[in-house]
Amino acid sequence: MSLNIIVLAKQVPDTRNVGKDAMKEDGTINRAALPAIFNPEDLNALEQALRLKEANPGSTVTLLTMGLPRAAEIIREAIYRGADSGIVLTDRALGGADTLATSYSLAQAVKKFGNFDIILGGRQAIDGDTAQVGPQIAEKLGIPQVTYAEEIVDLKDGFVTVKRRLEHGVETVKAPLPCVVTVNGSAAECRPRNAVRVQKYKYAVTPSEKAKMPEELQALVEKRPYLLLNEWSAADVNADPEQIGLPGSPTKVKAVVNVVFTAKESRRLSDADAEIEDLVKELIANHTIG
Amino acid sequence: MANFYTDNPDLKHHLNHPLMQKIVALKERNFADAETYDYAPLNFEDAMDSYDRVLEIVGEICGTTIAENAESVDHQGPHVENGRVVYADATAENLDVCRKAGLMGMSMPRRFGGLNFPITPYIMAADIVSRADTGFENLWGLQDCAETIYEFANEDQKQRYITRVCQGETMSMDLTEPDAGSDLQSVMLRATEQPDGTWRLNGVKRFITNGDSDIHLVLARSEEGTKDGRGLSMFIYDKRDGGVTVRRIENKMGIKGSPTCELVFKNAKAELCGSRRLGLIKYVMALMNGARLGIAAQSVGVSEIAYREALAYARDRRQFGKAIIEFPAVSEMLAVMKAKLDASRSLLYETSRYVDIYKIYDDIAKERTLTPEERKEAKAYSKLADALTPMAKGLGSEYCNQNAYDCIQIHGGSGFMKDYACERIYRDARITSIYEGTTQLQVVAAIRHVTTGTYLTLMNQYAAEETKPELVEFKQRIAAMVARYTAAVEKVTSVKEQAYNDFMARRLVEMAGNTIMSYLLLLDANRNESFMTSLKVYLNLAEAEVAKHAEFIDRFNPEEVAVYMQH
Repeated sequence: MSLNIIVLAKQVPDTRNVGKDAMKEDGTINRAALPAIFNPEDLNALEQALRLKEANPGSTVTLLTMGLPRAAEIIREAIYRGADSGIVLTDRALGGADTLATSYSLAQAVKKFGNFDIILGGRQAIDGDTAQVGPQIAEKLGIPQVTYAEEIVDLKDGFVTVKRRLEHGVETVKAPLPCVVTVNGSAAECRPRNAVRVQKYKYAVTPSEKAKMPEELQALVEKRPYLLLNEWSAADVNADPEQIGLPGSPTKVKAVVNVVFTAKESRRLSDADAEIEDLVKELIANHTIG
Repeated sequence: MANFYTDNPDLKHHLNHPLMQKIVALKERNFADAETYDYAPLNFEDAMDSYDRVLEIVGEICGTTIAENAESVDHQGPHVENGRVVYADATAENLDVCRKAGLMGMSMPRRFGGLNFPITPYIMAADIVSRADTGFENLWGLQDCAETIYEFANEDQKQRYITRVCQGETMSMDLTEPDAGSDLQSVMLRATEQPDGTWRLNGVKRFITNGDSDIHLVLARSEEGTKDGRGLSMFIYDKRDGGVTVRRIENKMGIKGSPTCELVFKNAKAELCGSRRLGLIKYVMALMNGARLGIAAQSVGVSEIAYREALAYARDRRQFGKAIIEFPAVSEMLAVMKAKLDASRSLLYETSRYVDIYKIYDDIAKERTLTPEERKEAKAYSKLADALTPMAKGLGSEYCNQNAYDCIQIHGGSGFMKDYACERIYRDARITSIYEGTTQLQVVAAIRHVTTGTYLTLMNQYAAEETKPELVEFKQRIAAMVARYTAAVEKVTSVKEQAYNDFMARRLVEMAGNTIMSYLLLLDANRNESFMTSLKVYLNLAEAEVAKHAEFIDRFNPEEVAVYMQH
């Protein structure tokens, strides 16, 4: 059975390699100082999608991302690894969105996309760490959701069986299709970029990127339609202006505080078992651990 | 996340050598494939961009998966189960990643599913893979054997086998036997022709790297009653047909992830590759040249990782109140390691470019007649490739062993323990100066280019290249080395005594190598200032080496050779 698979992905600042200038004085992220990368858990989701595609010949994997126009970079990255195509949802009106506005916007894009069997996405993005967008999209579309997926065990007869990685163990659940599955970082790593695909798709562009290309490459894109990526605006997905961007975001950031950990509260213990045991008891008592 | 391509700007420097323009234009036949294949380059810049992007994939895989797996592969190693090789778990993972990344059959034409890369970027990938895991470079690098099928097999065989290599099936070259190591003329494995035109192979092969591969090239005796190389032919054995089992794998000192097999052929079905009787005298020679270039690349990868491990340790390790890198004795070792690394890498890519040009011309000659100028050029490059390949393999492998030795030395007592990568590097390095022809045999292959003047002509070409004014003094010093080399060659060749000539061959080849690598670093520094340090350090070393050999040859009385023969 061939499937229409959507993978939700986000281009994020690489918060794992934070330098001194990663934050501006006002506490906001200095995006210029951080390289933009493919959100790591979205790559885990992509791998699950590509495995489904392999197991179900004729399936297509479409990447859906909301962000700046340059988020097309992660669509190319996904295509190099095996995805078929992608959509960048980009519009100034979408800027400043919290998770509610984001999931509304993406749900609208999914509706425009039409028929789909399964939506996969990373558990959460490393810039916000909310893990809310995937589940909210499922709610807005009125379909089931499976979170913390580690492996899609199988997909047949209209159901998907998923192994979930939970805090104290593993749980295997079954959900009817279509549904949303968010994938954990503990799932299989994404396959590498493929040498042939990198060469075949390196000129894949959105219409706005194409307009900036040299003429001969524009001609190439016209000759090879698979090189043209989708770029949708808020209007394209029939989004209600009140529910997107800043106006659609009830979350307001009051202040961002730069927390610097210091060792002033450190305590030195000997290696005696009794002392360590006392400390463990103390930490359990004040709920630091346990 | 480390990327072994992007973290090493020297690689891009070599990839962007001016001669690439010519290589790419020839290789891509003026970019005709772009009409037929959606991943073929449109022009020179596009092709170079593709090499760069694909090497970035190689660098990423190597910097993450393959490098991280190297230690566990070394510990677990492969084993034999029911006559079949089972790779270490992480080796299987490495191969899987390389297949998914489409890094098999890199230099094969697109009509077989290959990337149609010139040898130079392919060799660069080998250099990078070897830095990550030297033993794994063998398994991955045996895709080279497809080159032999491409050059000598018929179209039907190419379609059937090369396509599979490009999809990720592995290869092996089954040459060595218990009584035929360096002396392949003694190969005994028997090939008998069947009425249907297929062949059956019977006998034993030993020391076969990746001997349980999917597709084997086998050297066997097809002419009953013959005893020399002219009775040998090349065969293709397909594992799917069965008939070959792995009797055992060797327990080796290094490159432990790469299974070295003893194979038993029992009526194994095989097909002839190319013409009968040309197995050794033509095909193995071609195969070996490719393999030697591969080992030269492997050696440079070892030099690279040895240098990096030593440098990191020397910066980190503190003694007497400071990092040990601040002590001149340690610092000098590191500078010399880097200089040897850079020198051997320059020689590696110079060689690969020459190989590229003559091989592409050979290939074009199958499509159309070459013009007289093209034929002349092809011949000249073929000769240069033939001269530089044994030099790059011989001296590069010796340098990587020296670097691995110094890497342990810089680690001190810790380096002698199993706790650091340097001990694995040291063990892995050791084979490079032995297999695909020992250094001593590389000298045998190289010496005729000393006596016929190929090296001298090349030196003169380098000397004639325009260089920046600030490099003139270095150029003059290298010219003085050329003079000492020329005098030494004259002295040795003036004595018509084979034993004496053989005795001195190593010294002359080393002198030629030192001089040529000095020129190459000079030209590197001319293009890129970052090579100035290595030029200075290497030149000091090379001058001293050349002087040492010149002195030895000068003082030596040819009759004294006999003294060295008494044991």
